[in-house]
Amino acid sequence: MDRRDFLKRTITIIAGAAIPASALEFIDPKRLLAAGSSDYKWVFLADTQKCVGCGFCVKACKLENEVPYDADVSRTWVERYVICKDGKMRVENGMPNPGFGINADSPKAGRDGFTTPQIDIGEGRHVEVKEEDISKAFFVPKLCNQCDNPPCVQVCPVGATYKTADGVVLVDRSWCIGCGYCIMGCPYGVRFFHPLLKVAEKCNFCYHRITKGMKTACVQSCPFGARQIGNLKDPNDPVTRTIMYGRVGVLKSEYGTKPQVYYLALDREVR
Amino acid sequence: MSHVWRPLFVALALVAGILIFRTFYVPKDFGVGEAGYMYGWHNFTNEKFWKEIKVKYQGSGQCKECHRENFTSIQKTPHGIIPCENCHGPGVGHPGKIAKLPIDVNRLLCLRCHAILKYPNSDRGKIRGIDPATHQDPNVECVTCHDPHNPNLGVLKKSPQRFPVYEQESKKEGRTAK
Amino acid sequence: MMEVHGEVWTLKEFFCYPNEYIYWSIQIVMYPFMTGLVAGAFVLSSLYHVFGVKQLKNIARFSLVFSFALLPVAMMPLMLHLQQPLRGIHVMMTPHFTSAIAAFGIVFSTYGMIVASELWFVYRPHFVATALELKGTSDRGLVDTCRYLLFSALTLGSYDISEQALEKDEKAVGFLAGIGIPVACFLHGYAGFIFGSVKANALWMTPLMPVIFICSAVVSGIALCIITYIVTMEIRKFLSRRMSTLGLPSYEELQSAEIEEVKLTSRYLVMFLIAAITLELLDLIFRGYTAVKSWDILREVIYQKDFYKIFVMQYGMGNLLPFILFKLPGLTVRRAALGACLMLFGVFMMRWNVVIGGQAFSSSFAGFMEYALPIIPHNLETVKEGLVGAVAVIITPYVLFYFINKVMPVFKFKGSH
Repeated sequence: MDRRDFLKRTITIIAGAAIPASALEFIDPKRLLAAGSSDYKWVFLADTQKCVGCGFCVKACKLENEVPYDADVSRTWVERYVICKDGKMRVENGMPNPGFGINADSPKAGRDGFTTPQIDIGEGRHVEVKEEDISKAFFVPKLCNQCDNPPCVQVCPVGATYKTADGVVLVDRSWCIGCGYCIMGCPYGVRFFHPLLKVAEKCNFCYHRITKGMKTACVQSCPFGARQIGNLKDPNDPVTRTIMYGRVGVLKSEYGTKPQVYYLALDREVR
Repeated sequence: MSHVWRPLFVALALVAGILIFRTFYVPKDFGVGEAGYMYGWHNFTNEKFWKEIKVKYQGSGQCKECHRENFTSIQKTPHGIIPCENCHGPGVGHPGKIAKLPIDVNRLLCLRCHAILKYPNSDRGKIRGIDPATHQDPNVECVTCHDPHNPNLGVLKKSPQRFPVYEQESKKEGRTAK
Repeated sequence: MMEVHGEVWTLKEFFCYPNEYIYWSIQIVMYPFMTGLVAGAFVLSSLYHVFGVKQLKNIARFSLVFSFALLPVAMMPLMLHLQQPLRGIHVMMTPHFTSAIAAFGIVFSTYGMIVASELWFVYRPHFVATALELKGTSDRGLVDTCRYLLFSALTLGSYDISEQALEKDEKAVGFLAGIGIPVACFLHGYAGFIFGSVKANALWMTPLMPVIFICSAVVSGIALCIITYIVTMEIRKFLSRRMSTLGLPSYEELQSAEIEEVKLTSRYLVMFLIAAITLELLDLIFRGYTAVKSWDILREVIYQKDFYKIFVMQYGMGNLLPFILFKLPGLTVRRAALGACLMLFGVFMMRWNVVIGGQAFSSSFAGFMEYALPIIPHNLETVKEGLVGAVAVIITPYVLFYFINKVMPVFKFKGSH
């Protein structure tokens, strides 16, 4: 071994030793064990019969969570479904419709409620279903399903979104790179980019409120009790009792996401 | 040692560099939470960030402390189910910084529930409603005649006769209550 | 009015969820297109180094260097796409490997190192010769001093260019090209996985996606190499006619070499094209036959909304037409160039139809979204994710190639490979 080789090897060894073991540590089992299990498991119950489409929930949500009021995105929204007796979608200006379509809308995410029978079909166009043609019509509140298997969390490349011990999916605004993969991964269209912060944004059951013993802003502002939040780990919680003993549905169970927003009076037409 | 290995040393040095940089750059609290690596890989301090967000909607219970009279009177009416802040706005900062909460008296606020939509599978269909286009003068605020704290149609603030359309419309449409 | 990301180029029709927009726009079309070119160019060069296809000698070295020039550009669309580009490094810092994107940093850098190492072995004699030559020069100017330092660094301290050493180099190149093929395929196949694994997207979710992506990647990579090769050869032919005294190969030599190389390369091109088309059609037939819940809206998108883009532009102009051009007897350089251009266009349209087409319908299955590519930008967002950004991504590899060619000359170089 000459001097040159010796130097080279020495440098190699020093460099190798300089890498702390923690640099290679991606999964720490100790941390996993240290995290205490929570007494809470937050779930949501929405009643589509009770919902009148007033949109107070959306208004309250936007103000409570500082989502720019006029921006066309929202953590929660209300959808309207108007199903016709002939099972078809209404035609506007004689233009054929895609057949499988439904008469549904959520103008401004339902922020200002539904004050007209005119259904918004995009690009400033509307259709109206006559009262006598309606077979069924109702409103559906939507928000993040806080899935037990959240696909949005699975696909985050940097660990900027995660599920808490009490079952809520949160976004780390200081770590999100804004790739949009989570937005693509959510089958419910819940996520969006915050117009000012430029990071992924979503409903988190008003985490700052529920952890203080308050109801979410949307639950509190609903005059009709169409929205309720509950703790699945409390057997006496009325929401828990409804989910346990009543007939409830969830949205898009076929994706295997195990959504935690339960619905009463859900219909097959709900998307 | 053969020169063939030199690119490998360069590569290893690069990897080592990245790993060392990583120990300084990544927050100390980054780790795997209770939900496991797939759903719980995150910075633990971020949970605190979300818990500390300021609450804006205080709840009607807060309003009752000072406005007991208004609070109890509205409870006796069908509007008792509506939380105060829905019309008066979020109570954060009141009565401190914001001495008087702005009241939303826009017609559109009332129309959220009272624009008639006869939807059979929604309780909306049961709410007494009007056609916003034909009910009285669309430019007049609802509170001109109606008292939201006492929405009893028998005690209107203003006589409906002042708006001649009203009689005809209610006969023709049969929609408006009474 | 507060503008939401994506709102400016998204047209919504019928019932879409309020938060839905075309979030993945032109740069996400460019990303698999560019990584495809990288992978394809590398695979082409490996055909010579690994499988010993001797006729590809010239184009092999060229495509290796070009693949290196394309490498940083594969990352460029991602940076232009990210809402927080400065945080892009987080992918390396706290990788979350359940995400297909998390592997990007690792796969990309591994691949980069392989290509760089291979180039080092190929160009080592050149580095050594240049460094020694500059060392001998007594009064170096500033430029030459810089060049001297650069080339000395590039030798990595090894000046051994004996027969045995060069033999070892050759073995190393073969080895690197060998492991490079699976890594290149992985780099690009996993770009397909990024899309194929999104269960929320009915158009994207198919296990065939990575394979389709690899095949079309090789098609596009080879096509681009053919075009660039032809262009550089034409320039050389032009030069050899103008300056016949400089000792360059004669016009006729170049002419015959060029058409031979192009003919052989195009054979591989057509092979991979057939593989890609077969898989794409299999996917389409399978979707129609099984007709699951999403088929109603997919059919509407594929056969109505995007019919022109898919069947006319992608399959017709981008696949069938160049296939005929290549297969008609008596292939000429000009026809090959046209065919390769069309092929490149076809692969680009395939990327477009996957990325944008996958967002052409709402997750509600009851509404449509249309992407209007921002042509004239009016803010940073429309620069980054508009025509300007896309063109910048296309031009950059050529700029890089120009500079890399200064250090690692593709044509003048006379080495053992």
